[in-house]
Amino acid sequence: MSLTVDITKNLSSKKSGDFSLNISFETDGGVSGLLGASGSGKSMSLMCIAGIVKPDRGRIILNGRTLFDSERRINLTPQKRRVGYLFQNYALFPDMTARQNIMCGLHNEKDKTRKEESFQEIIELMQLMGLENHRPDQLSGGQKQRVALARILVGNPDLLMLDEPFSALDGHLRSHLQVETQKLLKRLGKEALLVTHDRNEAYQLCHKIALLDSGRVLVHKDKENLFADPESRQAAVLTGCKNVVGAEKAGEYQVHVPPWGVRFTTSQPVRDGLCAIGIRAHYFDPDAVQNRFPICFADEIEAPFEYFGQFRYENQLDESQNIWWSIPKGQKTAQWPSEIGVDPVNIMLLYNSSRTL
Amino acid sequence: MDWYPLYNSLRIAAISCVIVFFTGIAAAYYTARLPRVIKGVLDVVFTLPLVLPPTVCGYFLIMLFGVRRPMGMFLAQFGIKFVMTWYGGVLAAALVAFPLMYRTARGAFESFDTTLGYSGQTLGLRNSYIFWRIRMPACRQGIMAGTVLAFARALGEYGATSMLIGYTPGKTATISTTVYQLWRTNNEAAAFKWVVVNIIISAVVLTIVNMLERRDKKAVFK
Repeated sequence: MSLTVDITKNLSSKKSGDFSLNISFETDGGVSGLLGASGSGKSMSLMCIAGIVKPDRGRIILNGRTLFDSERRINLTPQKRRVGYLFQNYALFPDMTARQNIMCGLHNEKDKTRKEESFQEIIELMQLMGLENHRPDQLSGGQKQRVALARILVGNPDLLMLDEPFSALDGHLRSHLQVETQKLLKRLGKEALLVTHDRNEAYQLCHKIALLDSGRVLVHKDKENLFADPESRQAAVLTGCKNVVGAEKAGEYQVHVPPWGVRFTTSQPVRDGLCAIGIRAHYFDPDAVQNRFPICFADEIEAPFEYFGQFRYENQLDESQNIWWSIPKGQKTAQWPSEIGVDPVNIMLLYNSSRTL
Repeated sequence: MDWYPLYNSLRIAAISCVIVFFTGIAAAYYTARLPRVIKGVLDVVFTLPLVLPPTVCGYFLIMLFGVRRPMGMFLAQFGIKFVMTWYGGVLAAALVAFPLMYRTARGAFESFDTTLGYSGQTLGLRNSYIFWRIRMPACRQGIMAGTVLAFARALGEYGATSMLIGYTPGKTATISTTVYQLWRTNNEAAAFKWVVVNIIISAVVLTIVNMLERRDKKAVFK
């Protein structure tokens, strides 16, 4: 099972200006995530794969089957691509019952008994018994999503694409459905693409993540690797790193951070072309021995389960922003420390994203 | 009382309404995908009959289908004559009612959630199925409103009709031309009868529309 995408699409509109999508990635089964801010080209990529939008150039190959190839002039219609697309709003047909909606996914099956069997199977799998004759406006958000998924899965597509599947749901239901969906995807063992702007969601559901920024793939790798080493400045910010600061190489295991007025020792060798470093807020440690510098406190913010201390290094430049440090509640001491360190392992080295691997 | 004008009016309105239903929807559906400039030009052309005086529409129809015009002469070879015939009235009514159907259908299509169409396509449904079974039901209120407006407009058509098919009792007379003719010939009492008939028809049409709308709402909130 594999999906190869290598496409270019230029869009120009008077409202949003020019946007060029230049996406290239390969997956090898399992669930892959497309993570990026809104407007980074995530949904547009899905629409290109589904055949709703035609790319200018490139190719899309799914399990060895060419869906699109500009050179060979292949452009399958969405109907022929066998790609299941779960839209953000679920796109259930409003004038059909849940049953009729799901039957749309079975329109190719001519044998009535087999059709009915597949239908019964899927409503059991998706726990939709008793809701067959409800119309979409009589279903809750979670039920709508299950009907929409059932409608897609019943046709047995080669690829499953989920576009922000949980964004329309509120907090509690969302985490519940995330777990359910995770189980379902595991059970089906289908190739799937999940589009999201939520890094926690991407981490929870995917095993590989592609980070998108302004229509390009910044980095595409295993999730653990991605969060430990995002490689580029934009990627570090997108993975939720609160402290990203310009830096330069100062030695094989040394970086100089001019805005903060400090020098850090790193555990990874520093390559040429280093442009910044990133330190996640929870990696500062008042007990760390290495990379220890005097600090002064600027501000304190209380979140439900942690405190954020904002501090500045002694020689930090005025225009440089406060540094975020997060402390779980219960571990906070009465007095803020006057010195803080950081383990060399926890310093992420960030390079220009245009760098060739 | 001779009921021919009622029969003729209803037949002209019904047939032109069917014609306008399909042409208006097709025009609304296909112009939406055209490049902006062409779309703008076509939109003006399709809407003109709504803002032009019906007599001007009638003038154009005579210019086109008059018996001594190329088009009229060509059609005459097949025995088709739009001038002074009842089915010429269908043409006149359809032309004047067309913009109402076109514009309401266009408005309905524009508010249609495009992801419904896309999801239908990715599910493998044929485009014609998506159009008739998903798009049309979703847009039914706009489409219905357009159809009723077009029917009402066709029923009340006077200007273009009187220019193209005139008034021949028992042949081309419609309610509206009959009312004028009777009033012109000082037969006010007879004219009043037709006015009452006209009001009754309009009231019945509007009641039907309201009932349909109510049933529609009930179905949604069942």
